[in-house]
Amino acid sequence: MLMRRLFLGAITVWIVSVIIFAGVEVLPGDACTAFLEREAQGKLLENCRETQGLNRSAAERYFDWASGALRGDLGVSANGQKSISELVGNRLRNSLLLALCALTAGVPMAIFLGVVTGLQRDKPVDLVFSTTAVFAMTIPEFVSATVLILVFSVWLGWLPGIVLTSAGSPVSEFFPEIVLPVIVLGMVMTAHILRMVRSSVIEVMAGDYIQMAILKGVPYWHIVFRHALPNALLPAINVVALTIAWLLGGVVVIEVVFNYPGLGRMMIDAISDRDLPVVQAIALIVATVYVGVNLTADLMTMVLNPRLRTHALRGS
Amino acid sequence: MTKIATTPAENTRLQRSLGVLRDVMARPSGTIGLTLVACHLILAIISPWIVPYDYKAMDSLLMLKGPSGAHWLGTDHLGRDVLTRVLLGGREALLVTGIATPIAVIWGGLLGIFFGLVGGRLDEVFMRVVDAFLSLPWILKMLVLIVTFGTGIEVLIPTLAFFYGIPVIRIARAATHDVVARDFISAARARGHGRITVISRELLPNVLDTLMVEGAMRWSWMLLAFSSLSFLGFGVSPPKPDWGLMIADARGFMSFAPWGVLGPVIALSSLIIGINLTADALAKALGIDRAQKAPV
Amino acid sequence: MSTLIDIRDISVGFVGRDGRTREVLRNIDLAVDSGECVGLVGESGSGKSTLALAAMGYLKRGLRLLNGSATFNGTDIFAQSRQELERIRGGQLALIPQNSGQSLTPTMRIGAQLHEALRLHSALPADHHATKAIELLGHVRLPDPKAIVTRFPHELSGGQQQRVAIAMALAGEPKALLLDEPTTGLDVTTQAHILELLRDIAAERGMAMVYVSHDLGAIARVCTRVVVMYAGEIVLEGSTRHVLKSPTHPYAQGLLASIPKLDCAALPIALDGRPPAPGDAGAGCAFADRCAIVQDRCRSVRPQLAPSEIGGTVRCFLAEEAKRQKGRTTGAAPVRYSGDDTMLDLDGLSISYAKPRLLEQMLGRGTNVPPTVDDISISVGKGETLGLVGESGSGKSTILKAIAGLLPPAGGAVTAGDQPLPHTVEQRHPSQLRQIQLIFQNPDDSLNPRHTVSDILEQPLKLYFGLSGNKLRARSAEILERVRLGAHYLDRLPNQLSGGEKQRVAIARAFAAGPEIVLCDEVTSALDVSVQAAILDLLNDLKKTQGTTYIFVSHDLAVVRVLSDRVAVLYQGRLCEIGQTHQVFGGESHPYTKVLLGAVLEPDPDAEPTLAADDVVERAPPERGCPFQRRCPRRLGAICDTDAPPWQSPATGHAIRCHISLEDLNAD
Repeated sequence: MLMRRLFLGAITVWIVSVIIFAGVEVLPGDACTAFLEREAQGKLLENCRETQGLNRSAAERYFDWASGALRGDLGVSANGQKSISELVGNRLRNSLLLALCALTAGVPMAIFLGVVTGLQRDKPVDLVFSTTAVFAMTIPEFVSATVLILVFSVWLGWLPGIVLTSAGSPVSEFFPEIVLPVIVLGMVMTAHILRMVRSSVIEVMAGDYIQMAILKGVPYWHIVFRHALPNALLPAINVVALTIAWLLGGVVVIEVVFNYPGLGRMMIDAISDRDLPVVQAIALIVATVYVGVNLTADLMTMVLNPRLRTHALRGS
Repeated sequence: MTKIATTPAENTRLQRSLGVLRDVMARPSGTIGLTLVACHLILAIISPWIVPYDYKAMDSLLMLKGPSGAHWLGTDHLGRDVLTRVLLGGREALLVTGIATPIAVIWGGLLGIFFGLVGGRLDEVFMRVVDAFLSLPWILKMLVLIVTFGTGIEVLIPTLAFFYGIPVIRIARAATHDVVARDFISAARARGHGRITVISRELLPNVLDTLMVEGAMRWSWMLLAFSSLSFLGFGVSPPKPDWGLMIADARGFMSFAPWGVLGPVIALSSLIIGINLTADALAKALGIDRAQKAPV
Repeated sequence: MSTLIDIRDISVGFVGRDGRTREVLRNIDLAVDSGECVGLVGESGSGKSTLALAAMGYLKRGLRLLNGSATFNGTDIFAQSRQELERIRGGQLALIPQNSGQSLTPTMRIGAQLHEALRLHSALPADHHATKAIELLGHVRLPDPKAIVTRFPHELSGGQQQRVAIAMALAGEPKALLLDEPTTGLDVTTQAHILELLRDIAAERGMAMVYVSHDLGAIARVCTRVVVMYAGEIVLEGSTRHVLKSPTHPYAQGLLASIPKLDCAALPIALDGRPPAPGDAGAGCAFADRCAIVQDRCRSVRPQLAPSEIGGTVRCFLAEEAKRQKGRTTGAAPVRYSGDDTMLDLDGLSISYAKPRLLEQMLGRGTNVPPTVDDISISVGKGETLGLVGESGSGKSTILKAIAGLLPPAGGAVTAGDQPLPHTVEQRHPSQLRQIQLIFQNPDDSLNPRHTVSDILEQPLKLYFGLSGNKLRARSAEILERVRLGAHYLDRLPNQLSGGEKQRVAIARAFAAGPEIVLCDEVTSALDVSVQAAILDLLNDLKKTQGTTYIFVSHDLAVVRVLSDRVAVLYQGRLCEIGQTHQVFGGESHPYTKVLLGAVLEPDPDAEPTLAADDVVERAPPERGCPFQRRCPRRLGAICDTDAPPWQSPATGHAIRCHISLEDLNAD
């Protein structure tokens, strides 16, 4: 069971790499014509193709690219021909910093609020937070970012509305510039997770074993913490993982709005420059993170859910 | 405490749909949501005839003027009337997503049902491909195609329809699995109905509810994606008015001309919230809880 | 003796969609003395579970206490604070729930759940909890309690889960136990064992018990006093003997008459109509619309619960009249088969769920797992009804699916009439498909919720007979008439029908094909007894008029007895015995048949079950020897484990598969 999951994860990453590679192959032109655009002729094109190794067969290039990626070498960019692994390094760190800050602030709050609203279903607390959550999760990131900058940066002047720190700076220099981006990202994430936890809590609290626990005379908070929450939060793990992974797309927009030097903005720049090798590399990294997050969630559920655990031990 | 409806007359499809609609409207979220969506749709249709100014008309004397009797929402950095542009700014988005959503739900739904029924190795392999597609952020997939092929609606519609249909496959497949396990499908098979009949008569009506809610959700995600693309400069091309684009343009002057941002922000948010509230009420009216699902 | 549970004039209700308050319980008085065991009987929706939970001060979401009080041991339950209730519940007053599988918290080990109960409700110091938990599990006769404490609920069988629930209830040394359908859904042998355990525990500890059940057999075994409920009120109360042997309320009479009995070959009598929905009972007697001896005043005046001169307390103006009328206790005689044409022949049928794994496939080997169903050879005559009985997991339904072509068998042949049937639906000719129709256990699942009754009935008519237009509609109405539903049902959706009506529609759909063979898969299991009787009567009628051949699968031996000409007993997917119904149900029989028959509970306080074998649940059949080897009370020795038992025939048409000689089988 466990091995099977790992195997499937690896397969998915492999398929992603094929899609990314084939996608670029299928698109009209190649990495060099795309990048050089109108100047794509003569010597310039020759040189570019030489460094990108475009003169070899597609299979050969895929093999080189994939085996390089396995070793951590993502090739060279079309723009300036720098090592992509080096370019990406700091940017990836910055994006992860943003995501981690949002996660550490958002997930505990989301779980707490989700449990509270679930337990207080249809009471004023629930209505207030659930409605707020609908707003927070539906309004596009660039809209909420714009509004927050307007209020906290322009009108109140409490926080910087734009990130000026360069990509390679030490982590400590990103504060307090990172606060607003973290709030925007955290808000959407919190709203999604809150809603899932809430409905999961409601479902579990309506279950037979909760009624039984009440009728066994188990004190209320004991029921919540020992009987309800372990069961309500289990299914939430997977959903939280999916949400996080999906929000990677939202990070891109947030990074652009705040001028944050992360992977997302690098991706937009690379796409605008039509620097296909960089786009390929970023796609591969993001997809791997996505698969990794989901895999971790699967494993966590497997460890925490006794039903799945026996299943895993017996072998499917 | 089973509730038994007393009027057997309300059983045709139309009557059922009306019943669901009534149920949706009976919920506060449904009333607000449907009203918002309806207002937006009506405005999008009639706005070319009611707007006070030409959306392209620039006036260098009126740059970034605040709200006034002549320009209720003020003017932008090129001296164009903001109200006019806000009223017109949702048309392109609604047109593109309005066409792309049904296409996405139909192709994703059909494929999902197909693989849900077939199962086995083929299904397993295909699901890995779906997973692989889902693991790439939507913005990257979309941008690569847009940058290559351009930003016209003839590119945007198929692109959105394609990428937003992929998650529908998963949902439709799961819904199919739930229905296929039920005895009425076995009963139909045992009678000897062909596969097509079983799918269209027995399976489809029961999967349709899920697909409808899914469709409403896809629509709101698609609008979000569309306006994000515009905001980033990859969607509607100027001088056409679009909310995402307007927000991007007006952001730079936010500190002294915030009205340029507020108009499109409110318009866009109210539409997306309206769709979401409707989807919520619809899911509850049909007995499908939406909050359990991940937004993939 | 002191009154322990005292419920006075309690009414419970909910506010309906129309804003009206609808009562689920209406002015109930109930007193239970310490050491007494009272049975609460009624069909689904009668309010019996709601009443039991109200005794603990618990009302399900949406329900409200409208009137009255519930007192336990002198304390007014509904007036207590939450802390006080937490002290009483699970302590002096404990509940044993209906479905223990879902009532045990899935993420907590059995030990942890028991420790929690002990910590909350016993005076024992914490370091004694572990030993006490094991002791309690031993007390409810669970084998290997030391291992059980480390298990999670899903790792136990249904019977084991129920025992754990009992142990947990006992942890607080309760004065009173409430049991909410504690054996429903369990196999007969398991049920009998659990009931014996409960009887012993009650006797040993002098606890009061309130036993809620729809099963009068179980009530007869455990209770000294019975309360019969109908539409949220008590209609009859009296000693078990009085209620079961000489009931004075027409409803109780009807209920008893609708139960099929093992020793009686006649069809049970159905109770027509259905109980009013909550709040719809009207001014008069709630039972008036279904009552055979109803008079005018019954419809306008609500009778009061009053002590009757002829014993017990009864809510009926006509109790004496009812008692006199009591003549008709058995229904029509079932149609019996006579003839010798073979209609369906199963030859060496074997079915396997286990698929060969990838590795085994590559090495060209099959699985080593013995098939789920094996070596089934039965032939069924034209117009005959064959009953298939066995506990859950015996492969009864699997065999039906294979006959219907839904599950391709691994080996063997199915012949209908004189033509061999291809294994799967897809390979069969439409005429072969029409010939065999399957009726499922649960009509909620077998009727498409999106189709109206006419949609449902038209499908076979269009498919097999090519009917259309007016003819189609007329024919649907005609078929509906045959299952005793009016044509006005044609435009309804399944969720607008009651359980019994739904099952009638499912039966109508099967008969619309004009089948020669109808496969009935536990068709009455999801229904109340009074509805079950009506369905049995209908099936019997259709057999009379259509000459249909039935294969009737059920876990309920009495139901099988009523309808079947011949009976086949299955254990772990293998045949143990087959013969005429009277041969199997009396005289010499297979040890497993004996075990099954011994565990059946009759609604008779004098009947006593015999528990010959323990109720271990087996997950897979043994690889060799007799399938029943591990549980057999009359095991001979090694031969049972190694050699497949031979078929022996004590009489024509009767065959038993056992190593024990016929004389020895007979001797028992």
